Amino acid sequence: MKISLNWIKDYVDIENENVYDMADKITNCGVNVEHVVTNNLNNLVIGHVISCTPHPDSDHLNVCEVDILNEKLQIVCGAKNVRTGIKVIVAKVGAVLPGNFKIKESTIRGIKSYGMICALFELGLEEKTEENYNKGIYELDDDAPVGEDPIKYLGLDDTIYELDLNPNRSDCTNHLGFAYEVASVLVKKVKLPNTDFTEVGDDISSKIHLDVKTPNCMMYQTRIVKDVVVKESPSFIKNRLEAAGMRSINNVVDISNYVMLEYGQPLHFFDKEKLGDNITIRMARDNEKIVTLDNVERTLNNSDIVIAKDDEAVAIAGVMGGLSTEVDEDTRTILIESALFNPYNVRYTSIRLGLRSEASLRFEKPLNYEYTKEAIDRACYLLEKYADGKVLTGTVVYDNVDKTLKIAQVSYEKINKVLGITVPKEEVKNSFDRLGFPFTCDNDIYTVTIPNRRIDVRIKEDLIEEVGRLYGFDKIANKTPILPIKSGNYSPFVKFRKDVSKRLRTLGLNEVKTYTLISEEENKLFNNEEGLKVLLPMSLDRTTTRTSLLSSLYKVYKYNDARSVSNINIYEVSNVYHNDYTEELKLACLMKGDYVNSTWQDNTIPVNFFVLKGIISNLLDYLGYQNRYVFKESCPNNEMHPGVCANIYVDNEEIGYFGKVSPLFEKADIFVLEISLTKLYNKKVSKIVYPKISKYPEIKKDVAFIVDDEITSDDIKKIIKKYGTNTLKDVYVFDLYKGSNIETNKKSLAFSLTFVDYEKTLTEEEVDVLFKKIIEKVCTLLNAVVRDK
Amino acid sequence: MNDVKERLDADLSKTNTLEKLNELKTLYMGKKGIITELTLKIKDLPNEEKREYGKSLNELKNYFNEKYDKLKEFFDMEEVRNRLKYEKVDVTLPGVNVSVGAPHILEKVVEELEELYLSMGYDVVEGPEVEKDLYNFEMLNLPKGHPARDAQDTFYIKGDEILLRSQTSPVQVRTMLANEEKTGIRIICPGKTYRRDYDDATHSHQFTQMEGLVVDKEISLSDLKGTLDIMAKKLFGEHVETRFRSSFYPFTEPSVEFDVSCFKCNKKGCNVCKETGWITIGGAGIVHPNVLRNCGYDPEKYTGFAFGFGIERIAMIKYGIDDIRVFYTNDLRSCKSFDKRGE
Repeated sequence: MKISLNWIKDYVDIENENVYDMADKITNCGVNVEHVVTNNLNNLVIGHVISCTPHPDSDHLNVCEVDILNEKLQIVCGAKNVRTGIKVIVAKVGAVLPGNFKIKESTIRGIKSYGMICALFELGLEEKTEENYNKGIYELDDDAPVGEDPIKYLGLDDTIYELDLNPNRSDCTNHLGFAYEVASVLVKKVKLPNTDFTEVGDDISSKIHLDVKTPNCMMYQTRIVKDVVVKESPSFIKNRLEAAGMRSINNVVDISNYVMLEYGQPLHFFDKEKLGDNITIRMARDNEKIVTLDNVERTLNNSDIVIAKDDEAVAIAGVMGGLSTEVDEDTRTILIESALFNPYNVRYTSIRLGLRSEASLRFEKPLNYEYTKEAIDRACYLLEKYADGKVLTGTVVYDNVDKTLKIAQVSYEKINKVLGITVPKEEVKNSFDRLGFPFTCDNDIYTVTIPNRRIDVRIKEDLIEEVGRLYGFDKIANKTPILPIKSGNYSPFVKFRKDVSKRLRTLGLNEVKTYTLISEEENKLFNNEEGLKVLLPMSLDRTTTRTSLLSSLYKVYKYNDARSVSNINIYEVSNVYHNDYTEELKLACLMKGDYVNSTWQDNTIPVNFFVLKGIISNLLDYLGYQNRYVFKESCPNNEMHPGVCANIYVDNEEIGYFGKVSPLFEKADIFVLEISLTKLYNKKVSKIVYPKISKYPEIKKDVAFIVDDEITSDDIKKIIKKYGTNTLKDVYVFDLYKGSNIETNKKSLAFSLTFVDYEKTLTEEEVDVLFKKIIEKVCTLLNAVVRDK
Repeated sequence: MNDVKERLDADLSKTNTLEKLNELKTLYMGKKGIITELTLKIKDLPNEEKREYGKSLNELKNYFNEKYDKLKEFFDMEEVRNRLKYEKVDVTLPGVNVSVGAPHILEKVVEELEELYLSMGYDVVEGPEVEKDLYNFEMLNLPKGHPARDAQDTFYIKGDEILLRSQTSPVQVRTMLANEEKTGIRIICPGKTYRRDYDDATHSHQFTQMEGLVVDKEISLSDLKGTLDIMAKKLFGEHVETRFRSSFYPFTEPSVEFDVSCFKCNKKGCNVCKETGWITIGGAGIVHPNVLRNCGYDPEKYTGFAFGFGIERIAMIKYGIDDIRVFYTNDLRSCKSFDKRGE
């Protein structure tokens, strides 16, 4: 919102205020003055061109002598329209024009120049367009006083406050409302605008038939002004509209905008002759058509409010008028509409039709019903004065507004309790006085009547805020809540996630975070489950909530790979969502390059299937699932290598998979993992107990079996464990061999077995019996042969 | 036998290398060694001499072994001592890259703050990102039709019921509702949030928020300010100050924005604070009575404060990051720098 301080001066005495200090005070009290823009420039004077001769060394420059009162300046000027006799704006040496353009004494092709004759755009008073550029220098009226400040002369010596308003302070989207705010901050009174006019002729109320058929129109007021002359607006209206960011069109259109910027109440002017006498306000019918002022046919539906002439829609309420009742140059009689409509309907309609305007934006918020009458009267005053209009006697009014007084009560104690400080009683009273809120005080309880212009203030908490902001939030103390001591805890699932995350970092993986919303195509990678679709995606790249994290990690890989990062070991922990809106926490890892890297020695460990398997196993052990998980060959999707991929089962439930990415999908050797942490978390974990270690010596035995390729190490291990009984403490693979001395399609797997007893020392003989039995069982059950040493 | 011992002593005294010592061993103890030969003689001796001879022979053997071991140990150590004279590494050659992973920048900031709030007795609670409109808006005093819950700003998933949460506030609602005894609450809720912003250097359709909520008897705006001041000092240093500016949120009343004095220039104005001396951190306020009521708390008995801010923003200010998108592109060359202790 842009506020013209010249305009504000009409309502509040700010003549002696420094505009910057005042902006700070207002900001500190809660209405944020974001920018202070002032048109005032130093070293500008009105000059009179007393001679103008062509530059001897140029075909487009002129050498001018300019009288600036008591002094004559020689200025070289390139504008086409410079000539003897005109009054111009002169920037003297020392002036600084917008863009930090400093005017200095200079020599232009051998001729001295002591200033610059200016166009308005060069002073920041007009847009820098080709059209404005071609206009050349600005020519002032002949009666312009030489030697004086041209900006003041033009009435443009204004300061603009650009407000960054909180959405509840719609009362400050108009000058009168902001004037009240200024008055409360500076402790001053507000002077209201003039709304006097003379009524002429017969009362219109019997002639106009108004029929409001929808509760979505709460108030509808009309007046008729005749003999209107459409012409240029007076300069103060033009300047103020421009200052507030609106364009001047003609006096009639400008007056409706002027009143809107003054009261926040948008008005609509109909050409009365075109409109006729029968006005109906009703909801539109589905597919009803109307051609709006911008000459576009609009299709309406039953949530749009329309104003109809007889039955024909002639305006979309609060959004835009219709072409058929438009005020044009030939218009002589105007019907003014000042109304209140349901903000939700206006908002919905204006968004749907893409017609958001200064008016609709104001209608989208609740308005002060008192201003519907004030605004219409003010418009009549201005039309009478600046458009030669004559206001007909009487008004036609529909009024269904609840006018119950807004009263809120708050105790002195409550104010201090909420603010946490002690505000002097006098200050509380002052605050209400400054705001112009009538109140009574009884037993330290304030009963406050809230004016309708402050739509945002309703309940006692609002009053506390008003007192707080005027008293000053800078006086709020730094305290901390006095509460019982208790431990702060992560909720258990959050803790679990953090533990997983930290362990993965310990294991050398880097955490990444990526977007939840991805494209439908991306979500098909490494994944078979469809995601949720957002209703209004912002782009095709972000339509779907992902159900797998791997396509995102693959993207991170691609990004880093393109930047020559060679070792990419990353993980992400994130929620995914299923079609029934339930969430599942997933962990995904991607590894590429080296796991341990040594630049000059031979101990580099490149990432491979078993490095990743080691990481998963370590994680699962850490989380307490030791000896409860198994890996089974599988290939869950086309992006995975069919022979180098495994599902992971914990307690016989599949929790995810890991393996190598298919070389058909990605040439580089990449290994990925994705598991469900939600599934893992739901499994019980036993407490840590101190492990029992036998005090009797262990006996180790090694054996290598030659088996068919299809036999897995787990197949053999299972049998070893089964027949190893309790005495077998540990078994692990220590060698895999294929090649010479072994038939093709066969392999040699070597195991190391550790035996121990917790009660006694094992004898070699005992272990030999057991060992032989194990070997025999493996050989018979798996068709294996013991490999000779 | 005594001759042999004398000869051995003479030989030993001349032995000055490990090689010579081993030659000596072969000479005396080898298959045809002097002592071995003496052993063979034993079978030719008369029985009455055998015992005495064997005893002497054993003594001689032991004597030899003892001397041998001593000298061997000496020569071995001598060899090590010699090796130490030339054995050395170039200590400037790089070590093996032992890789420990880095936390994500946002996670680092979140954890730093979690640590602070946990120490003040706050619980860390999270909630779903695919959320009901009811919790994201309605219970928070944002009825249907309220401008701040525009379809323009929020990703809806199903009609106007299910959405991607636009804030972490629904976690506050869920926590208050879940507290059946309606006792005091002290929580922070960090998490991902989503808004329909076009991604550029300062906007992101996905971002991380952290909100805090304290509900109890007699909670004031001053309590809020002091709490945020502790946080500000933890984040930016003991020298910073906190200030409130009036603001508006439908779920708090009074509502404030909280700023921190610029940690770099100390309010003098610099590029970090855009010459204003202050840095806006987030929004806060006293929980609106409608919100308390909606969640089953009697606003006449309970008050509360709530605050919220963006983690990306904090990280950007703290670490001098000028583009919010870097958090989601994960360039490992810069991410690795966050595998560090410290702030």
